[in-house]
Amino acid sequence: MAGSISRVRSSSDIPMSVPMKRNLPSEWVLTGLVVAVVVILSILPMLRLVQEIIAPGGRLSVAAVEAGLSNPATWTATWHSLVVGFGGTILAVIFGTAVAILVSLTDVRGRSAFVLCFVTPLMIAPQVTALAWLQLFGPASPLLKLLGIAPPLGTRNPLYSAQGIILLLGVQYGPLVFLMVRAGLRKLPRELVEAGLAGGASRWTVLRTVVLPLMTPSIIGASALVFVSCVGNFGIPAFLGIPANYLVLPTLIYQRLAGGGPAVLAEVAFLSVLIGVIAMAGIVAQDIISRRRDYRIATTSLPVEPFELGRYRMLVEALMWLIICTILVLPLLGLFLTSLVPGYGIPLSFKTATLSNYSFVLFEHAAAKNAFFNSTILSVAAAIFAVLIAVPLGYFIAWRSSWWSKVLNLTVELPYALPGVVLAIAALLMFLKPIPLINLQIYNTVWIILYAYLARFMVLALRPTVSGFHQIDRSLEEAAQVAGAGFIMRLRTIIFPMVAPVAVAGGLLIFMTALSELTVSALLWSSGSETIGVVIFSFEQGGDSSYAAAISMMTVTLTFLLMIASNFLARHLPNGVLPWRD
Amino acid sequence: MAGLAIDRVSKRFGTYDALSDVSINVADGEFLAVLGPSGCGKTTLLRMVAGFEKVTDGRIIIGGQTMSSPDHNLPPEKRRVGIVFQNYALWPHMTVAENVGYSLKVAKVSRAERDRRIAEALSLVNLTGFGDRRPANLSGGQRQRVALARCLVSAPSLVLFDEPLANLDVHLRAAMEDEFADFHKRTGTTIVYITHDQAEAMALADRIAVMDKGRLAQLAPPRELYREPANEMVASFISQGIILPADVLTPAEAGHCRIRVLGHEVVVRCRPDERPRADAKLCCRSPELETVGSNEDGIRVAIKRVVYQGGRARVELSPVERPDLNLHLEQADPVTLEAGVEARVRIRTGWLIPEARNAA
Repeated sequence: MAGSISRVRSSSDIPMSVPMKRNLPSEWVLTGLVVAVVVILSILPMLRLVQEIIAPGGRLSVAAVEAGLSNPATWTATWHSLVVGFGGTILAVIFGTAVAILVSLTDVRGRSAFVLCFVTPLMIAPQVTALAWLQLFGPASPLLKLLGIAPPLGTRNPLYSAQGIILLLGVQYGPLVFLMVRAGLRKLPRELVEAGLAGGASRWTVLRTVVLPLMTPSIIGASALVFVSCVGNFGIPAFLGIPANYLVLPTLIYQRLAGGGPAVLAEVAFLSVLIGVIAMAGIVAQDIISRRRDYRIATTSLPVEPFELGRYRMLVEALMWLIICTILVLPLLGLFLTSLVPGYGIPLSFKTATLSNYSFVLFEHAAAKNAFFNSTILSVAAAIFAVLIAVPLGYFIAWRSSWWSKVLNLTVELPYALPGVVLAIAALLMFLKPIPLINLQIYNTVWIILYAYLARFMVLALRPTVSGFHQIDRSLEEAAQVAGAGFIMRLRTIIFPMVAPVAVAGGLLIFMTALSELTVSALLWSSGSETIGVVIFSFEQGGDSSYAAAISMMTVTLTFLLMIASNFLARHLPNGVLPWRD
Repeated sequence: MAGLAIDRVSKRFGTYDALSDVSINVADGEFLAVLGPSGCGKTTLLRMVAGFEKVTDGRIIIGGQTMSSPDHNLPPEKRRVGIVFQNYALWPHMTVAENVGYSLKVAKVSRAERDRRIAEALSLVNLTGFGDRRPANLSGGQRQRVALARCLVSAPSLVLFDEPLANLDVHLRAAMEDEFADFHKRTGTTIVYITHDQAEAMALADRIAVMDKGRLAQLAPPRELYREPANEMVASFISQGIILPADVLTPAEAGHCRIRVLGHEVVVRCRPDERPRADAKLCCRSPELETVGSNEDGIRVAIKRVVYQGGRARVELSPVERPDLNLHLEQADPVTLEAGVEARVRIRTGWLIPEARNAA
């Protein structure tokens, strides 16, 4: 025994003491790189935007602000934005909270299937949702025609209205409220409910006086998030509002820019800052409201025992699946049927159904073919890059808690917290002229879209990665450190493999979001750099709903397949990383 | 092989003094336990020796080389120190063999050499044949042994143990204690062993450093710690010593002196330099107390609580004259004392705690 020990020792002395070759500590190089990326992606565009408003061309001036404020179109669009913003938020909050309480606090069956279906609208691009609902209710609706109840051709689609926009925003973002309230309900300790019941209160009273008040932070947080999303949404008001000439700020910006080109940049910069201010006001209001009372839950304990619905259970379950039918199955069915229609208004039957729309967009239409290629490359590139940055960045944020890591975290959140239009305009301003020093022109190329995607979606990979880091014991890294591994070595062999599943799941979210993204690319695309979202939009605007539906069907199918495939990753992930997993 | 010198080390977090002026010399091949209640700074000390924390003041020297000083901190990966973590810290995405061989891979040791040394290390901890398993498929004791193998494969000059038994159940602790003792005997490595468990420290260590509120309270072999505590904290912390006020009556002679405690005169052990003084403190161990008959000379006490512990009982009592003092003793079966009654107790002997001196 003793002999073998001494052999172990003597043989190790030589290789272990080989000095490492390094000039600058690799850790500092990497830190600098990560900080530089964050600055370029988050801080620079925001600074550039602010500069355009208060000091265009380098000189202080309020001309842009004055011009914007004196234009009546600004005020109309602002009013419309507020109407659909509040309307959509109220609808989404009522809808999402009610469903969350039903799913979390009662003994309904088939929960995971329901959650998967209910959350799906969130993963479908807003313009696809809009298209699907339009196809469901319009005079050309194949479904209504099949049923023989379609309004005559030429009748106005009832969704072309403020009410239509509010309805769809509610459907689109209801799941977001659902997810946040459900997360809150899961943390609700059962004792609090049981103490209420033991005190003689009925289930309803407990729900009203204990559960809902304690859910206030979740509900308010969700409201703020949904409000920002509604105000910044482009796809739904573009499809539903532009035909009715009901313009909100994002669509107003789009129309100005489409009509006036770079000449109107100063004007749209003002409009985009206006959206940013409205969105920020929502977030600040949330902060103020949630500080007014103490809702902190002190203990952690088992979740609340589900409430037995008894003979109402079947009824409630039927109602839940009716909801799924209404918000998911019917619209997608409408979309699918439209994608089979050979031309506008032609009734669909087994004889007239055709796949030619699919073959046209896949093989014949040049811009569509381009778009498939561009969007795929863009989303893959954005996902990969975001994952590669998220791991070291998450490391600094989660494990090196210093003031600047918190600033870094907030900075990355900013472009995502603000509406996409704001970032798109900032990117335009930054890259309208060639990049100084290297004289590189990325305006009017696909690269400017990639830049905007990276800036906007980085946080989708960062958030799960940070929560992944929080679940890993820091001593795992320290063990590698005492084993002699330098920072890069630890990053490669220990840190990356351990957070990879979470980071990859984040990358997957980015891929799915970016694949049919419209808001940013609608403002940044040029001939040759079309994206799937842009092509769907142009087809619909040109009246070719069938082509738009065919492309949309393909992206929806791909999204659904990815959601199901991602379940294989689920085993390695903390709760809540994949929103559709219950 | 290397000794460790902790030289007047201090650590400040903001305004909080985690460690103040700690000096410990660990001889080459020595087994030192660092013992103390939670929050006493023992983990901070270990993290500074490993290099995870910088020192605010003082120096840490390993094998004659200065590792830490206020203006220089050699990073942990260059210190060649081994650590066995409380929670094992095995990498879940690697097999047992990959875990054990990691440091060799980092040092670019050739494949064949690496495999040979992994096999050796695994056989030393009786885990031959476990190389292809994943840490998740091992029991707690096996995981701890993998952690030990991972630590010894690179033959570090100094091994730090961070409460390695805290997560194991009682019967496994005893087995692992044996294993650690064996490991120390075979390798002769210098070991610093952090623990809050006195029995563990006493069983394993050559010397024990008792820490209290960031200061070194006493550094001594286990027996000395028990018999001759340097101050009140150590006296009461180690084996729940009983502290009693006393007056020293005679100067030390052959290591003993006469004192008055609770109105009775007793001859106790003491330092050779003791002089007569008032307000001294006596440290008494429960075996040094005995009950005497009601008509014999003894301290009148009231029995407060009797806890039967199988074969014997722990008896808690207070002197009738001084109900604020708490004493305890053990009575073997048949247990005759019961709560609420009065009895007489005699102090056979004890240790006179030396006078507190500044800069001791």
